Amino acid sequence: MIEATGLTKRYGDTQALAGVDLHVPAGTILGVLGPNGAGKSTAVRILTTLARPDTGRASVAGFDVVTQAGEVRRRIGVTAQDATLDEALTGRQNLRMIAELSGLRSRAAADRAGELLARFELTDAADRVLKGYSGGMRRRLDLAASLVARPAVLFLDEPTTGLDPTSRARMWEVVRDLVAAGTTILLTTQYLEEADALADHIVVIDHGRVVARGTADELKTTIGGHRLEITLSAAHAGAAAALHPLVEGRVDIDAAGRRLRAAVRGGSGVATAVIRALDGVGALVDDVVVHAPSLDDVFFALTGTPGIASEPGPNSRPDDRSDDDRSDDDRAARPVGVA
Amino acid sequence: MSELTITTGGPAAALAAPARTGAVSRAVRDVVVLTRRNLVHIAREPLQLSDITVQPVLFTLLFVYVLGGGVSVAGGDYKDFAIPGLVALNLTTSAMGTAVGLSNDLRTGAVNRFRTLPMWRAAVLVSRSLSDVLAAAVCMSIVLLTGLAIGWRPDTSLAGFVGALAIPLLFSYALAWGTACLGMVSEGPESAQSIALVLLFPLAIVSNAMVPTAGMPGVVRAIAEWNPVSAVTAAARDLFGNPNPSAASHAWPMQHPVLAAVLWSVAIVAVCAPLAVALYRRRTTD
Repeated sequence: MIEATGLTKRYGDTQALAGVDLHVPAGTILGVLGPNGAGKSTAVRILTTLARPDTGRASVAGFDVVTQAGEVRRRIGVTAQDATLDEALTGRQNLRMIAELSGLRSRAAADRAGELLARFELTDAADRVLKGYSGGMRRRLDLAASLVARPAVLFLDEPTTGLDPTSRARMWEVVRDLVAAGTTILLTTQYLEEADALADHIVVIDHGRVVARGTADELKTTIGGHRLEITLSAAHAGAAAALHPLVEGRVDIDAAGRRLRAAVRGGSGVATAVIRALDGVGALVDDVVVHAPSLDDVFFALTGTPGIASEPGPNSRPDDRSDDDRSDDDRAARPVGVA
Repeated sequence: MSELTITTGGPAAALAAPARTGAVSRAVRDVVVLTRRNLVHIAREPLQLSDITVQPVLFTLLFVYVLGGGVSVAGGDYKDFAIPGLVALNLTTSAMGTAVGLSNDLRTGAVNRFRTLPMWRAAVLVSRSLSDVLAAAVCMSIVLLTGLAIGWRPDTSLAGFVGALAIPLLFSYALAWGTACLGMVSEGPESAQSIALVLLFPLAIVSNAMVPTAGMPGVVRAIAEWNPVSAVTAAARDLFGNPNPSAASHAWPMQHPVLAAVLWSVAIVAVCAPLAVALYRRRTTD
């Protein structure tokens, strides 16, 4: 339903997208994950016909987003950060207006608005001006607005950013129901938990590039199975060497030399083996944890955070990007799975 | 929301998405929907609302009772002279509403929302010019009603009266396209408002609207006599049958005020409407 190849987009000195491919089969959710400024919203703007790509092409529901933008607009719903509802209108007026601008006759538009208000539990607030709405109510109305024309493809740009956990959980349920009904969804998020919970496939975008793609499980596998975290009673010079045969890759040791972290293959007896190996070199172990990697581990391993990699973190300024080509290439070389 | 089942109908329903029942009728409906929306905005925005309700009353009373005492008008009362001028003055300054409204829509993302919908793209601009001309009609009515309340009387035929209403509204519609351009190039509603005010206020004041041009120094007088606001004012005075001292001027627009007012309006639309559309495209294309 969504096909994009080689999308690039430059704003002034900032390369917002540096060649992004996306593929979302009908009736599935693609989670687009990335830190602020990674290029997620730019990708959404292009796919929703708000921006033109510099190079590359994209189609949504079978129509080209540049040359057949009108056809695309008839088939998409958008809940984007930069396409907001009307503060001066009531919830009902907002939905009616969007319904009418989507081509519904005024009677049908009124019915559709009432129906959506009821479904999103906004009937009580329907005739209040938006200025008095809470954050959760706005998001629900925003989602309702994007569903007015019964779109085949839905774009949700960070739909739960800033929401409390309860509102987020309700939003997730709505999204699941939509997909169950056959809607195709592209969802961007900063929350790994959200992508993990909702998305069939995930792409991780950083600095305008796809740095990884796959299912949540595939992504977790790529950073080396399980994570091993050990706390020693005291620093021990031979500890890292003793662990080496058991782990994959290098062993990270903190400044005090007491905490060691590494990737291990999960499996039976791994903790026992670790303790025996450390005992063998005379290191005293206070604590051993072996856990399956979370998507957070994947995310931070891929997009970089101080302590794991040396690249600038999620809050890096766009200016930093030009110096970052090398690490981008490193990361781009780690695609996994097939989308 | 756990008990909710959201049925969007999915892809199958989308294929049956509203069929285009003639592009023109769709475009007209888009314009109507957005015009209605803009009017709700004006009604709920205290500052914009006061521009077309409180301000005309205030200006009318202030000019007539404060300024009026010191201005003598040949062939009539200052009130009869001032009311057509106040119509032109108020419609000119209230044209900043277009700049502010558009600028606001660009800032809040309303325009982005519209652009993801299958609607006529220019409807945003066209509806804005229409809602603002309707607002101008309200503004004008309030000036005239205030005038009637304090003793202003038109002395004309029905056709003359209708013409006297139509000319200022036409000019107001033209000015809306001009300030639409301002709204498109300004950074936000606040700057749109201040730029518009700096341009519109002198335009309204350096004219024959509030004082006869005969007493003005040479250069200022020449500017005033060629100012479109003067043509609109003189046309309205003639058509209302109110005193029009500018008729004594030899400047061409003052000799043919109705024609001049119409030509000015058409010229402003001819230049500013395509410019506004181009600026809108530029502003919303990336």
